[in-house]
Amino acid sequence: MTSAVLAPDGPAANRRSARGGLPLTPVSGLGLGVAMLWFSLLVLIPLAAVVVTASQGGWGGLWQTVTNEQTAAAIRLTVGTAALVTLVNIVMGTLIAWVLVRDRFAGKRALEILIDVPFALPTIVAGLVLLSLYGPDSPLGVNVANTRAAVFLAFLFVTLPFIVRTVQPVLAELDPEIEEAAASLGASRLTTFRRIILPSLTPAIAAGAALSFARGISEYGSLVLLSGNLPMRTEVASVRILSSIENDNPDSAAAVAVVLLTISFAVIVVLDLVQRRVVRRG
Amino acid sequence: MSIEIANVGKRFGGFVALDDVSVSIPAGQLTALLGPSGGGKSTLLRIIAGLERADTGRVEIDGVDATSLPPQKRNVGFVFQHYAAFKHLSVRRNVAFGLEIRKRPKADIRNRVDELLALVHLEQFADRLPSQLSGGQRQRMALARALAVEPTVLLLDEPFGALDAKVRKELRDWLRRLHDEVHVTTVFVTHDQEEALEVADEIVVINEGRVEQIGPPDELYDRPANDFVMRFLGPVTQLGGLLVRPHDLQIHAGDGKPAAVPGRITRITRVGFEIRIEVTTNAGQVVAVTLTRNEFLALGLHDRASVHLTVAPDSPTVATTSRPRASASASLAASR
Repeated sequence: MTSAVLAPDGPAANRRSARGGLPLTPVSGLGLGVAMLWFSLLVLIPLAAVVVTASQGGWGGLWQTVTNEQTAAAIRLTVGTAALVTLVNIVMGTLIAWVLVRDRFAGKRALEILIDVPFALPTIVAGLVLLSLYGPDSPLGVNVANTRAAVFLAFLFVTLPFIVRTVQPVLAELDPEIEEAAASLGASRLTTFRRIILPSLTPAIAAGAALSFARGISEYGSLVLLSGNLPMRTEVASVRILSSIENDNPDSAAAVAVVLLTISFAVIVVLDLVQRRVVRRG
Repeated sequence: MSIEIANVGKRFGGFVALDDVSVSIPAGQLTALLGPSGGGKSTLLRIIAGLERADTGRVEIDGVDATSLPPQKRNVGFVFQHYAAFKHLSVRRNVAFGLEIRKRPKADIRNRVDELLALVHLEQFADRLPSQLSGGQRQRMALARALAVEPTVLLLDEPFGALDAKVRKELRDWLRRLHDEVHVTTVFVTHDQEEALEVADEIVVINEGRVEQIGPPDELYDRPANDFVMRFLGPVTQLGGLLVRPHDLQIHAGDGKPAAVPGRITRITRVGFEIRIEVTTNAGQVVAVTLTRNEFLALGLHDRASVHLTVAPDSPTVATTSRPRASASASLAASR
């Protein structure tokens, strides 16, 4: 018997994990330093500044700003629509990625490129496009100007590529033999998708969803023209921040920013947790 | 649990992968589909599994016509060359997959999986992910996963092809022993004639989409049906119009018997215990002869020595003109 080879490696042998830290070499130390400095200058310090500005009026002030009727409505609309759009994108983005990877059809190359248009288009141009298509002079006879549908539409437009682009490469890398193995073990197409393919795609879907959500709640350019920015109805958080600054009230602008920041962060964390769960459950 | 393959044909575009193949694979045995790459053996295996559909012909598994059954309904275990592990599932969950989707009771699944993990010596790795296993371990996991659903037949597509030579040899011995324990009708595809000769009860030699010969390893080796089988199963050399194995040639120093072919030694190479001698006959043909070291020393041969060659009695030989391949494929084309 080949027991020597078949014997376990022992739990310790394969567990030389990087966790806990080996001492850094000078080069990787320098690398880490540069990365941290860069990250601090671009992200951490500005973020901290926003938080500091927001807290200038104390927690009470912050709370007051945020619970102001008009501001709260703007935040609710923004977060709610971004969440809804992200849910739609999870389904549609995965579907489009699937079609792009698995199917062959005329015009596939063109579609591949067109998918990125919302990425590439300056958002105000996107706003202009949406206005001319779905505004008062719509050639399609669809007028959503000054309604919440306009916000939803604008979010959908600019967030379309995120999940498609994160899922597509992962799907393309999936080994067809894995699906054949599942089939020969008796799994239907649906079971194979749910138990085998979907868990493999979940990290990519989650990453795309986080990007899509974050882009949604920060969106400005593509919706200002079409939504009309009606207080309590179609005004979104970014517009609210801008009007606070225009009214010389940076504290209140920062307070809204902090709320958005917190929600964004929470969503990213939650998506990561969900993703891990789905992957583990299979 | 026999498999009957009758008149199966398969084309991929203009390429004929299988051409009217009929094989019956007996129950409970370990059968090898042996042949060069691109010869159609993997296609045949995939047709048995239902992963590929035959253009023509019938497949019967255990007396049931499976020709148009989807893979899910065939109850075959399939093992892939590159493991096809479910990467996000632990070893245990991989093995349990087929049982879980059959909605077996949890306790039953647990017991069965434990049993299988013991069978493939992976008990200690049950909670690892496939990426934390070596290639050999992954393939054993794939084997346990395929066996979990108690398949009617077990199909292995170049199961050891991705492994290094040493692990490959060990797994091959192990598969043979496993088969002696489990007795499930097993078909495996290989392009390695040594693997087939060593492990299989029965070998089906497939080349260019056709079956060249079917039989137990000894029969194939000792009585090859044609020059292809002869060449594919081991080293050959040509003496006159005969294909013969280099170790079946006898070499005589000096003047030989009347039937012997005279020549001169033009090269001697030693590889371990084996001596490879190149003899150029008086007719100008270069013939390879292999001897053991002891035989070589006993004969007292040296470079440039004149010798005579004979074929050892009862050795397998095939006339090189037994089946000119060009005309065979020409007649095939004409019949279409």
